[in-house]
Amino acid sequence: MKISVERQTQRLEFRDKQRAESLVACLAKICDSMAEPVSIMHVCGSHEQSIARFGLRSLLPSRLEVIMGPGCPVCVTDMPEIDSAVALAEQGIVVTTFGDMFRVPGSIKSLAEAKAQGAPVKVVFSPQQAVEVARQSSGQVVFFATGFETTAVATAAVVAGNPPENFSVLSAHKYIPPAMEIIAEMPHRRVKGFLAAGHAAIITGCKIFEDFVERHHIPVVIGGFEPLDILAALVMILELIRDGKSEVANAYPRCCTAEGNAQAQRLLWQVFETGDGVWRGIAHVPNGNLRLRTRYASFDAAIRFADKLAGLTCGVASGLAAECICGNIMTGIASPTDCRLFGKDCTPERPVGACMVSSEGACRIWHEYGGHLLAANEDK
Amino acid sequence: MCLGVPGRVVAVDGPVAHVDFWGVSRRILLDTVDEPVVPGDYVLTHVGYAIRRIPASEIGETLEFYDSLVREEQADLMSRDVKEELGAAQQS
Ligand code: SF4
Repeated sequence: MKISVERQTQRLEFRDKQRAESLVACLAKICDSMAEPVSIMHVCGSHEQSIARFGLRSLLPSRLEVIMGPGCPVCVTDMPEIDSAVALAEQGIVVTTFGDMFRVPGSIKSLAEAKAQGAPVKVVFSPQQAVEVARQSSGQVVFFATGFETTAVATAAVVAGNPPENFSVLSAHKYIPPAMEIIAEMPHRRVKGFLAAGHAAIITGCKIFEDFVERHHIPVVIGGFEPLDILAALVMILELIRDGKSEVANAYPRCCTAEGNAQAQRLLWQVFETGDGVWRGIAHVPNGNLRLRTRYASFDAAIRFADKLAGLTCGVASGLAAECICGNIMTGIASPTDCRLFGKDCTPERPVGACMVSSEGACRIWHEYGGHLLAANEDK
Repeated sequence: MCLGVPGRVVAVDGPVAHVDFWGVSRRILLDTVDEPVVPGDYVLTHVGYAIRRIPASEIGETLEFYDSLVREEQADLMSRDVKEELGAAQQS
């Protein structure tokens, strides 16, 4: 299959070539000693960027598969959430959001399309900038917030920090541990170990996975984002799988600790609580969404503008979007190149699904750097 | 989006740090970091907030990786994400 790629996988210059070689040799040796091929899932767009950008898959033994799970918060944002943001903007309320969310299609249109039609939508790089927009505006300003717990901490900090009265948050923040539960509970699960996202674990701490590994008998290793960090984490996971150990291990100790960042956790849980919600294309995820607690209800856009959002009927994906298999990709069942539209009817310029929009979406990343097939063919 | 970016603390002014990122100084908020931060420390920042203090002695590896992304002449997906992180904080 010919894949269209914007940019070739980079030749990787390892900082410590010897260490990289010995890690790769170690992976091969462990894989050889195991009876079956192994699949490991990571749950972070930045991990996928690094793996794809540096062509790491081409270095892995053929019996080791590393797949991306639901690690893209924008991609799992449900259509009704986007439709709500679009509806507010179309009723004249200023909606601020991150660039990644701006172009994700809702059931009828994206915020970018709403803006092109005159709705007041602004792209910001941080929740603090959204607050600045509110300070300089006399009207209502909503921050349509997206991101995992790492980013939700920043939203929590601005909400707890006395924002102006005309500011509110429409939260599409997601919490990653419950989504890992969904994957772990999938029937016929192939995944034998998880590479957990280092920067989410900086906040929550490694300990948060202890119950999980016990319940599901599956090891979790926290890893950083450099190519060497990733290889080292993979070695740790393979060792745990080989030895039949369901444990949590930390391969990113220079940033992650067992307990995590207590101050950030305090802010996060002071402002947010978990709630159930649908993750686009995946499942109803119990406790997978972060919503504002009742004591901050006055800053909750879903409550403040309940009247404007009442009766909003969400369409279902139609046309090409009905063929999008983002959900299967994010649960590790399919790869971007399994999608008939990949690189043809669906490109970053004309995205059909959210996975082709976000810089953390598997389709967007494979389109930029080439995916599994390309990286493997090139180097082998 | 969770990648974050590290920078060197130049000055601390109450809840705000002035942090140097490849020669550009930005205001980073410290509400979200759980250790005292002093000039000379590095902090990992995300959307304008510090989320982790990294002692200078441990930053070498991390910096090299980001160096290669920031100095990349032709912007790509990952280096653009890093640059967006830099855009998240106000210049100081
Ligand atoms: S290529 Fe496009 S349509 Fe296909 S799964 Fe990816 S985002 Fe969806």
